[in-house]
Amino acid sequence: MQDTTQVSEFKGIMVYLEHSAGQLESVSLEILGKARELAERLATDVTGVILGYDIREFGEEAAQFGADRVLVADSPSLAQYTTEAFCNVLAEVVRDRKPEIFLLGATHDGRDLAGRLAVRLNTGLTAHAVQVDIEPETNLLVCGVPGFGGSIVARCKCPRSRPQMATVRPGIFPVPERRPQRKGAIETVQVNTGQVRTKVVERSVKAGVDIARAEIVVIAGRGAVTYFDSVRKFADSIGSAIGVTRPLADRELMPRDYQVGSTGIAVTPKLAIVLGASGAAHFVSGIRGAKTVISVNKDPDADINADADYFVVEDIGRLLPALLSKLEGK
Amino acid sequence: MRTIVCMKVVPKTEDVRFDQQTRTLDRSGAENEINQPDKSALEMALQLKEGHGGDVVLLSMGPSFFEPYLRLGIAMGADNAILLSDRAFAGADTYPTSYTIATAIRKIGNFDLVLCGEESSDASTGQVPPGIAEWLDIPQVTYLSQLNIEGSMARAKRTVKGGYEIVEAPLPLLASVELGCNSPRFPDFRRKRWAEKEFKITVWTAADMGVNPDKIGSKGSHTTVDELVELPRPSRRMQRITGSPEEEAVLIVQKIKEAFGS
Ligand SMILES: Cc1cc2nc3c(=O)[nH]c(=O)nc-3n(C[C@H](O)[C@H](O)[C@H](O)COP(=O)(O)OP(=O)(O)OC[C@H]3O[C@@H](n4cnc5c(N)ncnc54)[C@H](O)[C@@H]3O)c2cc1C
Ligand SMILES: Cc1cc2nc3c(=O)[nH]c(=O)nc-3n(C[C@H](O)[C@H](O)[C@H](O)COP(=O)(O)OP(=O)(O)OC[C@H]3O[C@@H](n4cnc5c(N)ncnc54)[C@H](O)[C@@H]3O)c2cc1C
Repeated sequence: MQDTTQVSEFKGIMVYLEHSAGQLESVSLEILGKARELAERLATDVTGVILGYDIREFGEEAAQFGADRVLVADSPSLAQYTTEAFCNVLAEVVRDRKPEIFLLGATHDGRDLAGRLAVRLNTGLTAHAVQVDIEPETNLLVCGVPGFGGSIVARCKCPRSRPQMATVRPGIFPVPERRPQRKGAIETVQVNTGQVRTKVVERSVKAGVDIARAEIVVIAGRGAVTYFDSVRKFADSIGSAIGVTRPLADRELMPRDYQVGSTGIAVTPKLAIVLGASGAAHFVSGIRGAKTVISVNKDPDADINADADYFVVEDIGRLLPALLSKLEGK
Repeated sequence: MRTIVCMKVVPKTEDVRFDQQTRTLDRSGAENEINQPDKSALEMALQLKEGHGGDVVLLSMGPSFFEPYLRLGIAMGADNAILLSDRAFAGADTYPTSYTIATAIRKIGNFDLVLCGEESSDASTGQVPPGIAEWLDIPQVTYLSQLNIEGSMARAKRTVKGGYEIVEAPLPLLASVELGCNSPRFPDFRRKRWAEKEFKITVWTAADMGVNPDKIGSKGSHTTVDELVELPRPSRRMQRITGSPEEEAVLIVQKIKEAFGS
């Protein structure tokens, strides 16, 4: 096993670049932006690493978003994400390049991969960070890890082993500006996938849903399930994105990507309209970033009222028809 | 078929208070519960047992106050419960946690499936399950919502960004199970009395397991927590809108317009 405690041998910042449906993930770009900032602080450089098949054009794109160098592992055996193949290839890359910091997006695949890789590399991993900084005195990476539904943040460091690994929560940091004239070195990485025991036999993925950046979101909770069709109509009529609480995603009323909360998306709209949600901590952390919150709940004592700018104590079954006819009236 | 279910006991989120003075968590007033996704994992294990036979073993690392919750799992239908309890395990980050649990799983032996929850409701890293799989050198499927076993093969539905995938993997396999993918059963009343009064929980210490003392607890941890910070609650106006539904609708539409500055 490599000695990961020889900290001075590890240099630079590495960013895992995730992609799906022919696009770099927004979270990977967000991390590139953050990594640039950290690199300035540490006077070092940013290396992107991307795995997949037929992905060469992503190298240039990542450079335009801030990578000084992009390592490309391009192989048919990486056409689909599998934990073992990606972990095996990345472990070799990290052992070879020895970055001091290694950041990944806290997506399903990113967390699946990072959790295994950190043990393989014998190093520490902080989880879905919402704050990513360098500690001035030590030059160590310090990350804020939300816990207890998102209200409490633990400031975590990885002082004695390298790389300092972290997954970063999507939607927290801005996507940096793309600079078409910016160039980076593109390098090809040897691909040795090793033993892969899982096989993806079917994959059903729709691209393009990203409610994290919507300007307005209507969020349906369990109290709105019966009226879900009207909720959709309402959202459409005001040009709003739609979100749901966890129980609705559990019941597959909407895909998980529309779920707001600590195990879903943190939305940052100008306005969130919450219909029939009780206001559990794991949910409310997802609407912290909303500028204005309107809530409708028939329970005058619902917790959500304290997290709303305006709340209406009303049965959704009575209010929605009135809202829809009011909106149709114009 | 043997399924090992990893179970964590957590304080109910809404009961945890943050002490601004000491910057520590006050869990004294908090009721505890089985981490909810772990209950879904147990339910899945029990359903598989109904179809395939075998046994279900609960495994937990934590202090002795976890015991009543293991008994609850036994009352739901698990066959055996092992608590890994030792002062030396305290202060573990996910690296030693997954190492300690994986070592216990090896000691239990003869397993086909390890089921975890997708993440805990307190620290919620979700890193323990893939960590265990790596220590055991077995395949993993995280964020799983359905699982079928045929012979020595598993077929799983896994949530990914934008949708799902169907994954096939040979046993033994580790899976982390999504909260809400099933409705965990209530404990059987008669079994509950037996579980509370007569069932004997197995307790293993570090010495019982032969773990490497440098790899457990705070000593084995790579990460350190400098401090806890409570995020300030966004200040909300908390203004109630009242009237008939029609009047409320008018006011809501007005607020929508205001939010967009028109
Ligand atoms: C580890 C973990 C992670 C979690 N992650 C998330 C997450 O990311 N997102 C999330 O949302 N939850 C999450 N949860 C679940 C969370 O704790 C709550 O259980 C969930 O948010 C409750 O959803 P809800 O408010 O829609 O339903 P409920 O709590 O059942 O509330 C329904 C509300 O609707 C009101 N209502 C009912 N009927 C009507 C009506 N006709 N008109 C008006 N009001 C009505 C009721 O008064 C009630 O307040 C998580 C839990 C755990 C343990
Ligand atoms: C606010 C906060 C933030 C933290 N951040 C980090 C961090 O960034 N990195 C880090 O390495 N550590 C972190 N920790 C430490 C972490 O809480 C411990 O390592 C803990 O033992 C396991 O992590 P978890 O609760 O996140 O488990 P998760 O990985 O979220 O748990 C997933 C599943 O693993 C199983 N499992 C987990 N723990 C046990 C157990 N004790 N017994 C049986 N099964 C179990 C359960 O099935 C559970 O559903 C943090 C702690 C706090 C309080």
